[in-house]
Amino acid sequence: MKLIKFLLVGILFGIIMAKSEAVSWYRIQEMFRFQAFHMYGIIGVAVVLGAIGTALIKKFKLKDVTGTPIKFEPKEKGWKRYLFGGTIFGLGWAMTGACPGPMFVSLGYGYWMFALAILMAILGTFFYGVVKDRLPH
Amino acid sequence: MHQFISQPWPWYVSGLAISAVMFLLVFFGKNFGFSSNFRHICAACGASKYSKFFDYDWRSYMWSLVFLLGTVIGGFIAGNFLTSTEAVQISEATIQDLGELGLAAPTGLQPTEIFDFNQVATLPTLVLVVLGGFLVGFGTRWAGGCTSGHAISGLSNLQLPSLIAVIGFFIGGLVTTFLLLPLIF
Repeated sequence: MKLIKFLLVGILFGIIMAKSEAVSWYRIQEMFRFQAFHMYGIIGVAVVLGAIGTALIKKFKLKDVTGTPIKFEPKEKGWKRYLFGGTIFGLGWAMTGACPGPMFVSLGYGYWMFALAILMAILGTFFYGVVKDRLPH
Repeated sequence: MHQFISQPWPWYVSGLAISAVMFLLVFFGKNFGFSSNFRHICAACGASKYSKFFDYDWRSYMWSLVFLLGTVIGGFIAGNFLTSTEAVQISEATIQDLGELGLAAPTGLQPTEIFDFNQVATLPTLVLVVLGGFLVGFGTRWAGGCTSGHAISGLSNLQLPSLIAVIGFFIGGLVTTFLLLPLIF
């Protein structure tokens, strides 16, 4: 039953992403062609509010529902994995028109082809796990 | 009310709601990062036999897989009970650019030229869905996150690695958009 709240937040996230058209291949094309503000507005508002909230949580040392102080883990230092991995993801993002979350939202929406994209993404992650020690990080 | 929420939502509502989702997860003692689920699914399927990368207690991330299930249900609700009849309102310039590639103006949320099952054996679908999906799974794990983990959570926490990752996202996205799509269509 502890998991129910995550289901509800997931449902909320799915509805938001679908209703703001952020799951649309067309919207991602429009973003990468810099032809509308829509996607930049979505991500920009989320980041600005996210940064304010994150700073407030740190300043007031807020705790989570279990009473544990909230910690934001810094990302590992370095740049190679972020630049190379990020670029590979970017190639795929513009191809499928979907980052990982929206793939599942579109599947639920009724676009069954995303089952194939998801299966391939799972295989892509599996492949990373197998070759990871040979990649620069 | 129903008609009101069935319209496409403006960007500021969406941005606000996404940050709310992130903070709900943070206050539940978790974090907002979607692409790790691909790793958890691999681990749950027994991928630890092939790589130590998948040798961890994936069951402790059940909350994340439940969140994932929620997104599918959210998509289902939006697609069945909150649909607007309108096609995606992308800009005229984008419609024109995509038209030059041979794509029709939007009639729904996704282009039928790519995501219709009758197209499964065509070159655009094979490349964009099959290869594209693979690159999303491979790239997100190499980069250690996707749009939620890096662009939203990471930038919110002012992480330089996340900024580098987002720059990478755009390099890749621009290469696909301007170099690969004209070759594929």
